[in-house]
Order: sequence, then structure tokens, then C-alpha cells
Amino acid sequence: MTRHPVAPSIAAAAVLVLATTGLVGYARATGPATPATGATPEQPPAQKTEAVRPSYTPPSDSDIPSGPFGDMIRLGEAIFHDTQHNAKGFVGNDLQCSNCHIDRGRQPNSAPLGAAYLLYPAYRTKNAHVNTFQERLQGCFRYSMNGKAPPLNDKVLVALESYAYFLAKGGPTGVVVKGQGYPKLKAPDQPADYDRGAKAYAQHCSLCHGADGAGQKSADGQTVFPPLWGARSFNWGAGMASINNAAGFIKANMPLGLGGSLTDQEAWDIATYMDSQERPQDPRFVDSVAETRKRFHDEPTSKYGLVVNGVLLGEKSPPSGTISAAD
Amino acid sequence: MLLLGMSALPVLAADGKNTTTNAMPPGAASCSPCHGKQGEGQPTTAVPRLAGLNAQYLERQLAGFKDGTRKNRIMMMIASDLSDGEKKALATYYANMATTKAETAPADAAVIAAGAKLAATGDWSKDLPGCAQCHGAAGLGVGADFPRLAGQWAVYIEKALRSWKSGDRKTDPMGVMANIAGKLTDDQIKSVAAYYESLPVAAPAHASETKP
Repeated sequence: MTRHPVAPSIAAAAVLVLATTGLVGYARATGPATPATGATPEQPPAQKTEAVRPSYTPPSDSDIPSGPFGDMIRLGEAIFHDTQHNAKGFVGNDLQCSNCHIDRGRQPNSAPLGAAYLLYPAYRTKNAHVNTFQERLQGCFRYSMNGKAPPLNDKVLVALESYAYFLAKGGPTGVVVKGQGYPKLKAPDQPADYDRGAKAYAQHCSLCHGADGAGQKSADGQTVFPPLWGARSFNWGAGMASINNAAGFIKANMPLGLGGSLTDQEAWDIATYMDSQERPQDPRFVDSVAETRKRFHDEPTSKYGLVVNGVLLGEKSPPSGTISAAD
Repeated sequence: MLLLGMSALPVLAADGKNTTTNAMPPGAASCSPCHGKQGEGQPTTAVPRLAGLNAQYLERQLAGFKDGTRKNRIMMMIASDLSDGEKKALATYYANMATTKAETAPADAAVIAAGAKLAATGDWSKDLPGCAQCHGAAGLGVGADFPRLAGQWAVYIEKALRSWKSGDRKTDPMGVMANIAGKLTDDQIKSVAAYYESLPVAAPAHASETKP
């Protein structure tokens, strides 16, 4: 493989970036480190605000070198853009990496891949140890893609890591750059509301994602609009199942091409509505829904294990890690 | 071979419906002079190919010409005389049609390639999604709201995009196309149009049924 883009050693970076961010980050100002439902734990307390964070621009496609390294970068991009076809043995739903990481992982405020790479290795409360970037990618497959983690150094992970490394080129290591993760929205004026979210969803989202949240396919059976809940979406352990992550993503990026057009309140309401629906089980499930909530979801940003509209969320979840036999 | 040969003959489906013949509704006589007897449209005059487009989508376009949300002098005149039933019958007729593609001089390969890239990945420096993100990776369209683009005439696609941009066309749900078209440069319009014209047209609906 390749060398880290900036000189300081990986180990040093890991120590410095004790409290961390990830592909999907959100700030938690106070409180002890509890297991997070989201893809990411907390950021350093002295984290700079967005306005004063350094910015950098990922290199352009034409900067991809020729030769085996360039080939691996291009393979990573192909996997990222069309995960369904290019990493299908590890995918258990109808999503693509690029559904939640807009513009093939380049778009600021859409958890851009390069900005995430700059922060790894990193300690994550989600699994309570220092994670390599490949381990972080494994989490994406296990939770967001509702599949199974490719083994470390599997070609899929090496290719994605190469692509991320390429996108990170020129950025400062161990530093949260502008547009990293999803934006952290201020708490809404009114408490986020399921019913208001349902109305806003019908108005702004269902044209593409369907009234039932199942997404839409084209005539050739290929998913065009990703499912937001149900058996073919991300599972309960995914970062997007945390309402704060979803609200930040929605505000910055949805409707596609009209990012920023919804109010913060609408984003919170829609996120609450979306994350109050059944989806594949948390693969970390232990004993019972109540115990699983206690261990992994015990915070206001997760509806797992709570009763919404008479449904105990998590009780009738479709199975996690469903890799289709046809794949 | 036998199956292939049979596919050209009328096939009766289990429900008795004829899956290969597509009875021409009376109103179609006023469509075919421009759109062609096979719904193939015209490659040079911005008359779109109708064959194989989604029926509900086609019906809505006729409704749009009637209520003025889609402006076109000739089509507004024709649509104003159509009843709802006639609109539906015509839409269904053309949706079920499949025709081969007439040979036209292909556009410059570099223009098509630029269009293919834009269609696949968009131009996010302008918050512009790729066409494929709504119309599908192969341009086959999704349901009634996101029409098939593959095989459509480039001149028509260019005109459609300019109409979204100018506001002559307002039939798009949530104003999605006004937003998209407003961000496209003339060169980008030309390249995506050339790309989609270069793709195959809709296959006959019964082709898959006769596969061995």
C-alpha cells in the first residue's frame, strides 16, 4: 500500500486525536463516553467551530496517477459509486456508499471521504478501541450497508482506502476540516415531531423515496432512489439511524440538488419521522430489545427500543446482514 | 431460433390480452404525421420519440399542454380537443409501442463521453446531481415522474432542457427540472442530450417473455 499523506506517524496521530470524529461525526459537548448508536463518537472539547476550520479541496479526477496505484484508486471510486455491483458480496441492502456521501464522497457536509481519512486512525467509543481506517470502513458495511464486513486487507477495503487516501491528499492530518461529517444542527425551536415530519416527508421526500420509504427502482430492477427504512435500508446500528446525523445530512443535502432549502425544524422533523420506522436489526443485538437499547441506543437521538405509534421499534426488525443468495 | 421467430407473431398472454398488437386509438391519426406511425419522432425537429415512454407520464404531458403548464403552440391546440379518455388511450398506445432506432449520424465521441460523465456524476460545484440519480444509471426512467431518456432524440432533449430553464415547461413535480436545467450550461445541455440519444431505445415489451 501507500504511505500516509503527511509526515507525522500514524501512531502519533492516534494519540493526538483521542476523542474523535469519523465518516459521520457529531459533537457531544459534555457527558461521559457512552456507546454511540451513530457511526461516530464525540469530538475534542476544544473543537474549533466550522467557520475557523481549515479547508482543503480534494484533488480532481485528472490527478489520479497512472499505474497500479491509480488503478486501485479508480476501483475504490467504482465501489463507492456503485457498491451494489462492485462489492456485492458484502452488501445486504439496496444502498450505495454514494447515497449518503454525495458526489462520490467529495461533497462537503456530506461526510466527505477525504476529510474522514484525515482523522484516522482514531479512537471510537462505538467499539472502544483505536480504529484503523479499514476498520472504520468495515463498520460501514456491517451497519449502513446491512451486510458483512470485508476482511481486513480485502481488495474492497484496500481500494476504498486508496480512494479515500487520494481524496485526502493535501489536507491536514488529524484536523477536522471544513465540511467534515454532517453539520451539527442547533436543537430545533420546537421539539422534533413525528407527525410534522410525516407531513414534511410527504411534501419534500416521497416523490423520490416513496410514501413507504422503500425507494424506487427503474425498469431494469436497479435501485435509483435509495430506501430510507424497511428491510432493504441501513440497519439500526448505522450512523444514519441517529436522528442528529440524519437531520444534519438532510438539511445540507436534501432534496438532492436543493441542499439547504429545508428549515432546520423540517430537517429535525423529517429525520425523526424517518428514524422512527422499522429497519434491519442492530447486528449487536443482545438478549432483548430493552437490553440492546440500554447498551447501544440509550440516548435521545435513537428511537430504537421505544414505542412509536404503538410499535416497539426493534421488536419486529427484519434480520441484519442479509446478503442475498442471488448475489 | 424458433422462439426468436415466434416473437414477431402476436402472443396471447395468460389473461387473453394480446401482448404484441397494440390497437391504434382514433386520436392517433393526428399524432402520427409528426411523431411517426411507430412513435419514433423526428431526429432533427425536436419532435420527441413517444414509443416506450411511461403511459402516466405521457398522459400528464397532454394534460400539461391542455392546462398551459407546458407550452407548445401545436401541442396545446391538439391537446385542447382531447378528452381525458382519449388522452389515456393515446398515452397507453404509445407507451406500449417499441420501434427500432433510425440510423442517424452519431455525435462527436468526445461530446458523448462528456455527457456520459455529467449524466453519471453531475457537477457538484453547482450542486448539480447527475441525470442518472433520478432517471437511472441506464436512463430507463423511474415511474411516471422521471421519464426514460435513453434513445430520445438529442434535439428534443436540448429543447426540453431549455424549456425548463425558460419556464415554458412547468410540469415537473417540486420544480426539480427547473432547478436542474437552470444550472446547466449550453455545452452541458448539448453533451447530455447527445449522450442519451446514443443509448438504445426501448426494447419491445414482449422480448423478455420469449427468452428461452
